[in-house]
Amino acid sequence: MNQWKIFTKGFIRENPIFVIVLGMCPTLGVSSSAMNGLGMGLATTFVLVMSNTIISLLKNMIPDKVRIPAFIVVIATFVTIVDLVMAAYAPGLHAQLGIFIPLIVVNCIVLGRAEAFASRNDVLSSTIDGLGMGLGFAFALILLGSIREMLGSGAIFGHKFIPASADAILIFILAPGAFITLGYLIAFINKLSKPAKS
Amino acid sequence: MAKKESTLGNMISSLLIITLVASASLAAVYNLTKEPIAAAAKVKTENAIRQVIPPFDRLERLAVMPADGPDSLILYRGFKDDSLVGTAVQTYTNKGFSGHISIMVGFRADGVINDIAVLDHKETPGLGTKMTEPQFKDQFKNLNIAQLPEQKVKVKKDQGTIEAITAATISSRAFCDAVQRAYENQKKGAEK
Repeated sequence: MNQWKIFTKGFIRENPIFVIVLGMCPTLGVSSSAMNGLGMGLATTFVLVMSNTIISLLKNMIPDKVRIPAFIVVIATFVTIVDLVMAAYAPGLHAQLGIFIPLIVVNCIVLGRAEAFASRNDVLSSTIDGLGMGLGFAFALILLGSIREMLGSGAIFGHKFIPASADAILIFILAPGAFITLGYLIAFINKLSKPAKS
Repeated sequence: MAKKESTLGNMISSLLIITLVASASLAAVYNLTKEPIAAAAKVKTENAIRQVIPPFDRLERLAVMPADGPDSLILYRGFKDDSLVGTAVQTYTNKGFSGHISIMVGFRADGVINDIAVLDHKETPGLGTKMTEPQFKDQFKNLNIAQLPEQKVKVKKDQGTIEAITAATISSRAFCDAVQRAYENQKKGAEK
Protein backbone atom coordinates (compact mmCIF):
# COMPACT_ATOMS: atom_id res chain seq x y z
CA MET A 1 0.00 0.00 0.00
CA ASN A 2 1.60 3.29 -0.92
CA GLN A 3 2.09 6.00 1.73
CA TRP A 4 -0.55 8.39 0.40
CA LYS A 5 -3.19 5.67 0.59
CA ILE A 6 -2.10 4.85 4.14
CA PHE A 7 -2.48 8.49 5.11
CA THR A 8 -5.87 9.10 3.52
CA LYS A 9 -7.48 5.94 4.80
CA GLY A 10 -7.35 7.40 8.30
CA PHE A 11 -9.46 10.30 7.13
CA ILE A 12 -12.30 8.68 5.24
CA ARG A 13 -12.31 5.00 4.32
CA GLU A 14 -11.21 3.87 7.78
CA ASN A 15 -11.96 6.95 9.88
CA PRO A 16 -11.49 5.78 13.47
CA ILE A 17 -14.69 7.38 14.70
CA PHE A 18 -17.17 7.18 11.86
CA VAL A 19 -16.11 3.87 10.33
CA ILE A 20 -14.05 1.79 12.77
CA VAL A 21 -16.07 3.30 15.69
CA LEU A 22 -13.26 3.29 18.23
CA GLY A 23 -12.35 5.88 20.86
CA MET A 24 -15.97 6.65 21.65
CA CYS A 25 -15.36 7.75 25.24
CA PRO A 26 -13.23 10.82 24.51
CA THR A 27 -15.23 11.50 21.35
CA LEU A 28 -18.48 11.85 23.26
CA GLY A 29 -16.88 13.50 26.28
CA VAL A 30 -14.69 16.12 24.64
CA SER A 31 -16.59 17.17 21.53
CA SER A 32 -18.75 19.79 23.23
CA SER A 33 -16.91 22.54 21.41
CA ALA A 34 -14.78 22.82 18.28
CA MET A 35 -11.73 24.08 20.21
CA ASN A 36 -11.82 21.16 22.66
CA GLY A 37 -12.13 18.77 19.73
CA LEU A 38 -9.13 20.36 18.05
CA GLY A 39 -6.98 20.27 21.19
CA MET A 40 -7.88 16.67 21.95
CA GLY A 41 -7.41 15.63 18.33
CA LEU A 42 -3.93 17.14 18.14
CA ALA A 43 -2.87 15.65 21.49
CA THR A 44 -4.04 12.20 20.36
CA THR A 45 -2.34 12.63 16.98
CA PHE A 46 0.96 13.37 18.71
CA VAL A 47 0.60 10.24 20.87
CA LEU A 48 -0.43 8.11 17.87
CA VAL A 49 2.49 9.23 15.71
CA MET A 50 5.09 8.83 18.48
CA SER A 51 3.80 5.50 19.77
CA ASN A 52 3.35 4.01 16.29
CA THR A 53 6.89 5.06 15.37
CA ILE A 54 8.54 3.74 18.53
CA ILE A 55 6.55 0.51 18.54
CA SER A 56 7.39 -0.12 14.92
CA LEU A 57 11.08 0.50 15.69
CA LEU A 58 10.93 -1.95 18.59
CA LYS A 59 8.67 -4.53 17.00
CA ASN A 60 11.33 -7.17 16.65
CA MET A 61 12.70 -6.66 20.13
CA ILE A 62 9.45 -7.13 22.04
CA PRO A 63 8.61 -10.79 22.69
CA ASP A 64 5.08 -11.62 21.65
CA LYS A 65 3.80 -12.54 25.11
CA VAL A 66 4.61 -9.17 26.64
CA ARG A 67 3.67 -7.00 23.69
CA ILE A 68 0.54 -5.51 25.27
CA PRO A 69 2.26 -4.32 28.49
CA ALA A 70 5.14 -3.01 26.40
CA PHE A 71 2.80 -1.07 24.09
CA ILE A 72 0.88 0.37 27.06
CA VAL A 73 4.07 1.62 28.74
CA VAL A 74 5.16 3.35 25.54
CA ILE A 75 1.72 4.88 25.00
CA ALA A 76 1.35 5.97 28.64
CA THR A 77 4.78 7.63 28.56
CA PHE A 78 3.85 9.78 25.56
CA VAL A 79 0.47 10.62 27.03
CA THR A 80 2.10 11.77 30.26
CA ILE A 81 4.52 13.88 28.26
CA VAL A 82 1.59 15.49 26.42
CA ASP A 83 -0.19 16.08 29.74
CA LEU A 84 2.83 17.76 31.34
CA VAL A 85 3.63 19.89 28.30
CA MET A 86 0.02 21.02 27.98
CA ALA A 87 -0.22 21.88 31.68
CA ALA A 88 2.94 23.95 31.34
CA TYR A 89 2.35 25.77 28.07
CA ALA A 90 -1.41 25.66 27.42
CA PRO A 91 -3.00 25.69 30.89
CA GLY A 92 -6.38 26.97 29.66
CA LEU A 93 -6.84 24.13 27.19
CA HIS A 94 -5.42 21.65 29.71
CA ALA A 95 -8.07 22.69 32.24
CA GLN A 96 -10.82 22.36 29.61
CA LEU A 97 -9.81 18.87 28.52
CA GLY A 98 -9.21 17.78 32.12
CA ILE A 99 -9.30 14.08 32.73
CA PHE A 100 -9.64 13.19 29.06
CA ILE A 101 -5.94 13.76 28.45
CA PRO A 102 -4.76 10.92 30.70
CA LEU A 103 -7.59 8.86 29.20
CA ILE A 104 -5.82 8.94 25.83
CA VAL A 105 -3.83 5.99 27.20
CA VAL A 106 -6.90 3.79 27.02
CA ASN A 107 -8.20 5.31 23.79
CA CYS A 108 -8.69 2.15 21.76
CA ILE A 109 -7.50 3.86 18.61
CA VAL A 110 -3.96 4.15 19.95
CA LEU A 111 -3.56 0.59 21.21
CA GLY A 112 -5.55 -0.66 18.24
CA ARG A 113 -3.20 0.88 15.67
CA ALA A 114 -0.17 -0.31 17.63
CA GLU A 115 -1.43 -3.88 17.56
CA ALA A 116 -3.00 -3.90 14.10
CA PHE A 117 -0.44 -1.91 12.17
CA ALA A 118 2.69 -0.64 13.90
CA SER A 119 3.75 -4.02 15.24
CA ARG A 120 3.59 -5.52 11.77
CA ASN A 121 4.80 -2.80 9.39
CA ASP A 122 7.87 -0.70 8.70
CA VAL A 123 8.61 2.51 10.56
CA LEU A 124 7.71 5.01 7.82
CA SER A 125 4.35 3.40 7.07
CA SER A 126 3.58 3.20 10.78
CA THR A 127 4.37 6.87 11.31
CA ILE A 128 2.16 7.83 8.40
CA ASP A 129 -0.62 5.54 9.60
CA GLY A 130 -0.45 7.23 13.01
CA LEU A 131 -0.60 10.64 11.37
CA GLY A 132 -3.54 9.69 9.14
CA MET A 133 -5.55 8.06 11.92
CA GLY A 134 -4.76 10.88 14.34
CA LEU A 135 -5.74 13.62 11.93
CA GLY A 136 -8.84 11.63 10.93
CA PHE A 137 -9.75 11.48 14.62
CA ALA A 138 -9.09 15.22 14.95
CA PHE A 139 -11.18 15.96 11.86
CA ALA A 140 -14.08 13.89 13.24
CA LEU A 141 -13.82 15.59 16.65
CA ILE A 142 -13.75 19.08 15.10
CA LEU A 143 -16.76 18.24 12.91
CA LEU A 144 -18.70 16.82 15.84
CA GLY A 145 -17.54 19.63 18.11
CA SER A 146 -18.52 22.38 15.70
CA ILE A 147 -22.03 20.99 15.22
CA ARG A 148 -22.55 20.55 18.95
CA GLU A 149 -21.11 23.97 19.73
CA MET A 150 -23.24 25.72 17.09
CA LEU A 151 -26.44 24.03 18.17
CA GLY A 152 -25.72 23.84 21.89
CA SER A 153 -23.91 27.10 22.69
CA GLY A 154 -24.68 29.23 19.67
CA ALA A 155 -20.97 29.72 19.12
CA ILE A 156 -18.15 28.55 16.88
CA PHE A 157 -14.60 28.26 18.22
CA GLY A 158 -15.69 30.32 21.19
CA HIS A 159 -17.27 33.17 19.24
CA LYS A 160 -20.94 33.42 20.10
CA PHE A 161 -23.24 34.38 17.24
CA ILE A 162 -26.42 34.50 19.28
CA PRO A 163 -27.11 37.21 21.90
CA ALA A 164 -24.85 36.79 24.95
CA SER A 165 -27.59 35.95 27.43
CA ALA A 166 -29.54 33.63 25.15
CA ASP A 167 -29.42 29.87 25.55
CA ALA A 168 -29.12 27.64 22.52
CA ILE A 169 -30.36 24.02 22.42
CA LEU A 170 -28.52 22.97 25.59
CA ILE A 171 -28.95 19.24 25.12
CA PHE A 172 -26.31 19.31 22.40
CA ILE A 173 -23.53 20.16 24.82
CA LEU A 174 -24.60 17.42 27.22
CA ALA A 175 -24.11 13.66 26.86
CA PRO A 176 -27.39 12.80 25.07
CA GLY A 177 -26.65 15.44 22.46
CA ALA A 178 -23.27 13.84 21.83
CA PHE A 179 -24.87 10.48 21.09
CA ILE A 180 -27.56 12.03 18.92
CA THR A 181 -25.14 14.09 16.81
CA LEU A 182 -22.68 11.22 16.45
CA GLY A 183 -25.44 8.82 15.43
CA TYR A 184 -26.69 11.12 12.72
CA LEU A 185 -23.16 11.76 11.45
CA ILE A 186 -22.38 8.03 11.20
CA ALA A 187 -25.67 7.42 9.41
CA PHE A 188 -24.97 10.28 7.02
CA ILE A 189 -21.45 9.07 6.22
CA ASN A 190 -22.67 5.51 5.73
CA LYS A 191 -25.26 6.79 3.30
CA LEU A 192 -22.60 8.74 1.37
CA SER A 193 -20.28 5.74 1.10
CA LYS A 194 -22.87 3.26 -0.06
CA PRO A 195 -22.47 2.58 -3.77
CA ALA A 196 -25.31 4.07 -5.82
CA LYS A 197 -28.05 1.64 -6.76
CA SER A 198 -27.98 0.90 -10.47
CA MET B 1 15.10 -10.04 11.67
CA ALA B 2 12.85 -12.60 13.33
CA LYS B 3 10.80 -11.61 16.35
CA LYS B 4 12.41 -12.27 19.70
CA GLU B 5 11.27 -15.46 21.37
CA SER B 6 9.06 -15.18 24.42
CA THR B 7 11.56 -16.69 26.82
CA LEU B 8 11.45 -15.50 30.41
CA GLY B 9 14.82 -13.81 30.06
CA ASN B 10 13.79 -11.94 26.90
CA MET B 11 10.48 -10.87 28.36
CA ILE B 12 12.09 -9.52 31.51
CA SER B 13 14.91 -7.73 29.76
CA SER B 14 12.76 -6.09 27.08
CA LEU B 15 10.21 -4.82 29.61
CA LEU B 16 13.02 -3.65 31.89
CA ILE B 17 14.69 -1.66 29.13
CA ILE B 18 11.43 -0.13 27.96
CA THR B 19 10.37 0.92 31.46
CA LEU B 20 13.82 2.31 32.27
CA VAL B 21 13.89 4.48 29.17
CA ALA B 22 10.29 5.53 29.78
CA SER B 23 10.93 6.61 33.37
CA ALA B 24 14.09 8.47 32.40
CA SER B 25 12.29 10.43 29.67
CA LEU B 26 9.39 11.21 31.98
CA ALA B 27 11.73 12.46 34.70
CA ALA B 28 13.39 14.74 32.16
CA VAL B 29 10.10 16.16 30.86
CA TYR B 30 8.82 16.59 34.43
CA ASN B 31 11.87 18.64 35.35
CA LEU B 32 11.52 20.76 32.25
CA THR B 33 7.85 21.53 32.84
CA LYS B 34 7.85 21.83 36.64
CA GLU B 35 8.40 25.58 36.70
CA PRO B 36 5.99 26.63 33.92
CA ILE B 37 3.26 24.54 35.58
CA ALA B 38 3.80 26.18 38.97
CA ALA B 39 3.98 29.60 37.33
CA ALA B 40 0.71 29.06 35.45
CA ALA B 41 -1.09 28.07 38.66
CA LYS B 42 0.29 31.13 40.44
CA VAL B 43 -0.85 33.49 37.66
CA LYS B 44 -4.34 32.02 37.76
CA THR B 45 -4.61 32.61 41.51
CA GLU B 46 -3.17 36.12 41.30
CA ASN B 47 -5.57 37.11 38.55
CA ALA B 48 -8.47 35.92 40.68
CA ILE B 49 -7.23 37.89 43.70
CA ARG B 50 -6.82 41.05 41.64
CA GLN B 51 -10.34 40.60 40.33
CA VAL B 52 -12.05 40.32 43.71
CA ILE B 53 -10.41 42.84 46.03
CA PRO B 54 -9.63 46.54 45.54
CA PRO B 55 -6.16 47.41 44.16
CA PHE B 56 -3.26 46.62 46.47
CA ASP B 57 0.52 46.85 46.37
CA ARG B 58 1.35 44.14 48.91
CA LEU B 59 -0.11 40.71 49.56
CA GLU B 60 0.07 38.61 52.73
CA ARG B 61 -0.74 34.91 52.58
CA LEU B 62 -2.28 33.06 55.49
CA ALA B 63 -3.68 29.52 55.74
CA VAL B 64 -6.69 28.90 57.99
CA MET B 65 -8.16 25.49 58.83
CA PRO B 66 -11.96 25.66 58.97
CA ALA B 67 -13.76 23.91 61.82
CA ASP B 68 -15.40 21.41 59.47
CA GLY B 69 -12.28 20.63 57.39
CA PRO B 70 -11.00 18.80 55.39
CA ASP B 71 -8.93 21.30 53.42
CA SER B 72 -7.53 24.58 54.67
CA LEU B 73 -8.57 27.91 53.20
CA ILE B 74 -6.01 30.42 52.01
CA LEU B 75 -6.45 34.06 52.92
CA TYR B 76 -4.71 36.69 50.82
CA ARG B 77 -4.64 40.02 52.63
CA GLY B 78 -4.16 42.95 50.29
CA PHE B 79 -2.47 46.09 51.65
CA LYS B 80 -2.10 49.45 50.00
CA ASP B 81 0.27 51.88 51.70
CA ASP B 82 0.22 49.53 54.70
CA SER B 83 -3.52 49.70 55.28
CA LEU B 84 -5.71 46.67 54.65
CA VAL B 85 -7.86 47.11 51.53
CA GLY B 86 -9.37 43.67 51.39
CA THR B 87 -9.02 39.96 51.98
CA ALA B 88 -9.37 37.41 49.21
CA VAL B 89 -10.35 34.01 50.54
CA GLN B 90 -9.70 30.94 48.41
CA THR B 91 -12.58 28.78 49.57
CA TYR B 92 -14.31 25.61 48.44
CA THR B 93 -17.31 23.38 48.87
CA ASN B 94 -17.73 19.67 48.25
CA LYS B 95 -21.51 19.93 48.02
CA GLY B 96 -21.64 20.86 44.36
CA PHE B 97 -23.83 18.82 42.02
CA SER B 98 -20.65 17.24 40.66
CA GLY B 99 -18.58 17.66 43.81
CA HIS B 100 -15.77 20.12 44.42
CA ILE B 101 -16.21 23.81 43.61
CA SER B 102 -13.42 26.27 44.30
CA ILE B 103 -14.03 30.04 44.42
CA MET B 104 -12.18 33.21 45.45
CA VAL B 105 -14.30 35.53 47.60
CA GLY B 106 -13.09 39.08 48.04
CA PHE B 107 -14.02 40.90 51.25
CA ARG B 108 -13.40 44.60 51.72
CA ALA B 109 -11.74 45.73 54.95
CA ASP B 110 -15.17 46.18 56.56
CA GLY B 111 -16.14 42.54 55.90
CA VAL B 112 -18.53 43.31 53.04
CA ILE B 113 -18.18 41.13 49.95
CA ASN B 114 -16.54 42.97 47.06
CA ASP B 115 -16.61 40.39 44.29
CA ILE B 116 -16.29 36.63 43.67
CA ALA B 117 -14.29 34.70 41.08
CA VAL B 118 -15.03 31.05 40.30
CA LEU B 119 -11.76 29.10 40.13
CA ASP B 120 -12.67 25.50 39.52
CA HIS B 121 -15.80 23.39 39.17
CA LYS B 122 -17.36 20.48 37.30
CA GLU B 123 -20.97 21.63 37.32
CA THR B 124 -23.37 20.91 34.48
CA PRO B 125 -23.09 23.23 31.46
CA GLY B 126 -26.11 25.51 31.12
CA LEU B 127 -27.20 24.83 34.69
CA GLY B 128 -24.62 24.93 37.48
CA THR B 129 -22.16 26.75 35.25
CA LYS B 130 -24.48 29.75 35.42
CA MET B 131 -22.97 30.46 38.84
CA THR B 132 -20.16 32.22 36.98
CA GLU B 133 -22.60 34.60 35.31
CA PRO B 134 -23.37 38.08 36.69
CA GLN B 135 -27.07 37.31 37.04
CA PHE B 136 -26.29 34.92 39.92
CA LYS B 137 -22.85 35.95 41.11
CA ASP B 138 -23.53 39.69 41.39
CA GLN B 139 -26.14 39.00 44.07
CA PHE B 140 -23.20 38.58 46.41
CA LYS B 141 -21.63 41.95 45.57
CA ASN B 142 -21.85 44.37 48.48
CA LEU B 143 -23.46 41.68 50.61
CA ASN B 144 -22.79 42.12 54.32
CA ILE B 145 -23.22 38.67 55.83
CA ALA B 146 -22.86 40.12 59.34
CA GLN B 147 -26.25 41.76 58.84
CA LEU B 148 -28.06 38.65 57.60
CA PRO B 149 -30.29 36.58 59.94
CA GLU B 150 -28.08 34.12 61.85
CA GLN B 151 -25.18 35.69 59.89
CA LYS B 152 -25.68 33.02 57.23
CA VAL B 153 -26.03 33.46 53.47
CA LYS B 154 -28.63 31.09 52.03
CA VAL B 155 -30.87 30.64 49.00
CA LYS B 156 -34.49 31.80 49.12
CA LYS B 157 -35.68 28.20 49.33
CA ASP B 158 -33.86 27.94 52.66
CA GLN B 159 -35.35 31.21 53.94
CA GLY B 160 -32.34 33.16 52.73
CA THR B 161 -31.89 36.11 50.41
CA ILE B 162 -30.14 34.61 47.40
CA GLU B 163 -32.16 33.81 44.27
CA ALA B 164 -30.95 30.34 43.22
CA ILE B 165 -30.23 29.43 39.59
CA THR B 166 -33.34 27.95 37.99
CA ALA B 167 -33.12 24.14 38.01
CA ALA B 168 -29.69 24.32 39.68
CA THR B 169 -30.58 24.58 43.36
CA ILE B 170 -27.84 22.19 44.46
CA SER B 171 -25.12 24.22 42.72
CA SER B 172 -26.57 27.44 44.15
CA ARG B 173 -26.67 26.01 47.68
CA ALA B 174 -23.11 24.74 47.32
CA PHE B 175 -21.96 28.19 46.19
CA CYS B 176 -23.55 29.72 49.30
CA ASP B 177 -21.84 27.04 51.40
CA ALA B 178 -18.46 28.06 50.00
CA VAL B 179 -19.15 31.75 50.56
CA GLN B 180 -20.29 31.04 54.13
CA ARG B 181 -17.09 29.09 54.79
CA ALA B 182 -15.07 32.03 53.46
CA TYR B 183 -16.95 34.53 55.63
CA GLU B 184 -16.59 32.55 58.85
CA ASN B 185 -12.90 31.97 58.36
CA GLN B 186 -12.19 35.45 57.13
CA LYS B 187 -13.37 36.65 60.53
CA LYS B 188 -10.99 34.16 62.11
CA GLY B 189 -8.12 35.49 60.08
CA ALA B 190 -8.95 39.07 61.01
CA GLU B 191 -8.73 38.22 64.68
CA LYS B 192 -5.15 36.95 64.29
